[in-house]
Amino acid sequence: MVGTLNHTLVEMFRRALGQTLGFVGYTIQYGCIAHCAFEYIGEFVVCSGPSMEPTIINHDVVFSERMSRHLCKIQKGDIVIAKSPYDPNINICKRVIGLEGDKVCTSSPSDLFKAHTYVPKGHVWLEGDNLRNSTDSRNYGPIPYALIRGRVCLKLWPPHSFGTLSESPTKRITKTQSDSD
Amino acid sequence: MLSFLMAQQTTVGRRYLRAFVSGFFVAVPVTVTVLDRFAYVARVEGASMQPFFNPEGGSKSDIVLLNRWSVRKYQVKRGDIVSIVSPKNPQQKIIKRVIGLEGDFIRTLGYKNKYVRVPDGHFWIEGDHYGHSLDSNSFGPVSVGLLHGRASHIIWPPSRWQQIKPSLPPNRGPLDTTEEEG
Repeated sequence: MVGTLNHTLVEMFRRALGQTLGFVGYTIQYGCIAHCAFEYIGEFVVCSGPSMEPTIINHDVVFSERMSRHLCKIQKGDIVIAKSPYDPNINICKRVIGLEGDKVCTSSPSDLFKAHTYVPKGHVWLEGDNLRNSTDSRNYGPIPYALIRGRVCLKLWPPHSFGTLSESPTKRITKTQSDSD
Repeated sequence: MLSFLMAQQTTVGRRYLRAFVSGFFVAVPVTVTVLDRFAYVARVEGASMQPFFNPEGGSKSDIVLLNRWSVRKYQVKRGDIVSIVSPKNPQQKIIKRVIGLEGDFIRTLGYKNKYVRVPDGHFWIEGDHYGHSLDSNSFGPVSVGLLHGRASHIIWPPSRWQQIKPSLPPNRGPLDTTEEEG
């Protein structure tokens, strides 16, 4: 009688252990697949702040894809999500105005004398679309390319502005000779 | 009889293929996640960290274990050896020692300013081998967001197996403001 009771308990324990291990295994596998998706395909971002108005408004949800960043195919005029140079736990959303080697204008449009600088190797120059209310490369200088996390390609929320994002409204991007019209 | 044997072979082949594909879909995401989030193995090239790494130079390069989990909150200590993405070339990683953290005053070796206060969210890195190192003395303080991993162990060659402990080189470190006034 005791022998069969022991046997049943052992069986129950073994089955529970097997199910737990199976569950843990599946969790690890799907967790890893999720990590790969968010790291190499894209992620959803909730934007806050006024620095990209009117292209992106406070509380908009956008999709930022990671492939362009890993393949180094970010271009001038792209809107990117990047780690803030002053606090890596905060992300910033700005537009790329210049890539390495490009000439960018550091003075504001209202200044009398125009100042220019060249973006150093391995860096990018970012500016928000809302020039009056944006802390960007005009304040902290060019940021290293590797701080970029992804390229914003699609706006998902609010539904009435669903779709791809528009070009820069600020006309701060200087087209070089080699750019096509 | 022959058609029976052939049918057996195709089912066995299909079973192997299915096992291979399902194994592939488990192994690749798990390996990629481990390399991205937990640990990374890298070979140290160049002479910028001599004599700590590659003391003989030449063809014998050290291989180190980079701990990526310990830097997920971007917390490093002075004296740690870290790998970062190079600010000059986003496709290259460089391995150097942390000399100063945000807020520290550093006396530089060959930078455009003699004294530098490390800005918020940045740190100051240097290679141990002065003169052979492309580090903060050339490109200035580095943003902490570029941090890739912390070198925790040398794992090859076996004669150099050791745990890497944080230590600042003599005379390289943040200046104490009280010392300056003295």
